[in-house]
Amino acid sequence: MAGVLVVIEQRDGVIKRVSYEALTAARTLADAMQGSVTALLAGPPGVDASSLGTYGADRVVVAGDEQLRLYQPGAYAAAVVRQARQEAPGAVVLSATALGKDLGPRLAARLGCALASDVTAVAVDQGQITVSRPAYAGKALYRLRITSQPCVVTIRPNSVTPAEQRRTPIEEQMPAPALDDSVKTVAIKEPPGAKVDVAEASVIVSGGRGLKEPANFQLLEELAAAIGGAAVGASRAVVDAGWRPHADQVGQTGKTVSPNLYIAVGISGAIQHIAGMRNAKVIVAINKDRDAPIFKIADYGIVGDLFEIVPRLTQEIKQLRAG
Amino acid sequence: MPLKIAVCIKRVPDTETRIKPAADGKSIDEAGVKFVLNPYDEFAVEEALRRRDGAGGGEVVVLSLGSDAAQETIRTALAMGADRGVLLKCETLVPDALAVARVMAEELRGGAYDLILFGKLAIDDYNHAVGPMVAELLELPCVTAVTSLELKDGAGIAEREIEGGVEVVEFTLPAVLTADKGLNEPRYPALKGIMAAKKKPLDVKPVQLSSSGIEVLELALPAERKAGRIVGEGPDAVPALIEALRHEAKVL
Repeated sequence: MAGVLVVIEQRDGVIKRVSYEALTAARTLADAMQGSVTALLAGPPGVDASSLGTYGADRVVVAGDEQLRLYQPGAYAAAVVRQARQEAPGAVVLSATALGKDLGPRLAARLGCALASDVTAVAVDQGQITVSRPAYAGKALYRLRITSQPCVVTIRPNSVTPAEQRRTPIEEQMPAPALDDSVKTVAIKEPPGAKVDVAEASVIVSGGRGLKEPANFQLLEELAAAIGGAAVGASRAVVDAGWRPHADQVGQTGKTVSPNLYIAVGISGAIQHIAGMRNAKVIVAINKDRDAPIFKIADYGIVGDLFEIVPRLTQEIKQLRAG
Repeated sequence: MPLKIAVCIKRVPDTETRIKPAADGKSIDEAGVKFVLNPYDEFAVEEALRRRDGAGGGEVVVLSLGSDAAQETIRTALAMGADRGVLLKCETLVPDALAVARVMAEELRGGAYDLILFGKLAIDDYNHAVGPMVAELLELPCVTAVTSLELKDGAGIAEREIEGGVEVVEFTLPAVLTADKGLNEPRYPALKGIMAAKKKPLDVKPVQLSSSGIEVLELALPAERKAGRIVGEGPDAVPALIEALRHEAKVL
């Protein structure tokens, strides 16, 4: 009869899409354990939390305070721990985002329980939670059994499809915990023209050395814009060469991603790169070398000059979108 | 003011390694695998060396948990310029971050470190967890995935990468930080450093891990991707690709 506590993320007062994925995973666990789902939202006052019931929250607890607009590790951890001590849930679920990767371990340490991070699937087997998670950046897959109660589970973005399971949740307010003076987030700096992050994007257009020079990434930016809401990623080679920021790197020493569509342009497909993107649902490769390893894992490939193929692809997708 | 810095590092398979599950089906077959200092830990070691030297002195202590083989990894960090090493020796490593964090925190407790540095993640388990867990266990402030760092008068400002932006975080020392790519450009050990490293102290202390409640049922290779197809050559193949993405894969 254990319930599940799920940590909801907001940015600028708007709930992030990944939180519905975490909520869906929480609902799966709670149903299997015959428990209920409590969604905890820390953020500024007045965040619209009505959508949380739509995705299966039985109860919504809000710590709304201007001081919690930005992620404050100490106060956020204190809020979740307070709620967890009250409810004694079977699991605390977060998204494996920048926030979740920071907060999840803190919670496990404070609660003295197991952490399963970057989980792609959850289940309950004979009353115990089992999870799947990639290891070696996706070159292998762990299946783990968790025997501590509670436990902390972070869900990898794009691995659970949000499912509507309408409830009318009870909503409560929680007084905001005091900020920790020893570590304070003071600002978020955003680059101009709000980019989609590769870790969260459902479509990624990635480029490698085949692009020949940094300025040519413009071709990929245009393709991503034509698709709409797509992120532009990069191989390690071009990040190490300083062509693209590290934040865009896909691979074992960059980000491991699982978008619906991954378009690899001028990327040969080194083992460490493939490790980072092999969980994409559909992979497209565009490369001049017919023998490039990327074609061995791609669902669809075009052999040829990317400088001719990519503009054509952009143009056709634009027409499609306009039509 | 001299800085006393601990850097926690891990021995991991090189990124070019092909992973093969061992006979037990729960770990990897290490035969023929090349092991290296975890790439993110290189940023942590480099940062520690720069901070020590910038402060005009102090000590950089390298700490690792693992089998005897991890001594070689510690020597790599010593060859880069760290002062001494400590191996917390245990035979089998499990993907149980809290179990690891507990023995590391125990070793670090009372060490009077100004800074405790980690890589933001180890490229084997990908947990991102031991650093912030150690911070919590020691009740120290912590900033993870740091790409930029300024220290002044017992306090610091760090930048950490988040989705589509950068968080600016202020903290006080002593603190735990985990290093991300971009923080610095790690040096390669010079021959002189490699020779000197052989003579630097390296303590070996046996430890016992106690599970936090996580158990490996299986380590398997991911399902092979179904063989795809080349839809064509050159720009004329684009319409066929779009057709396939729309009607077959249904992702466009």
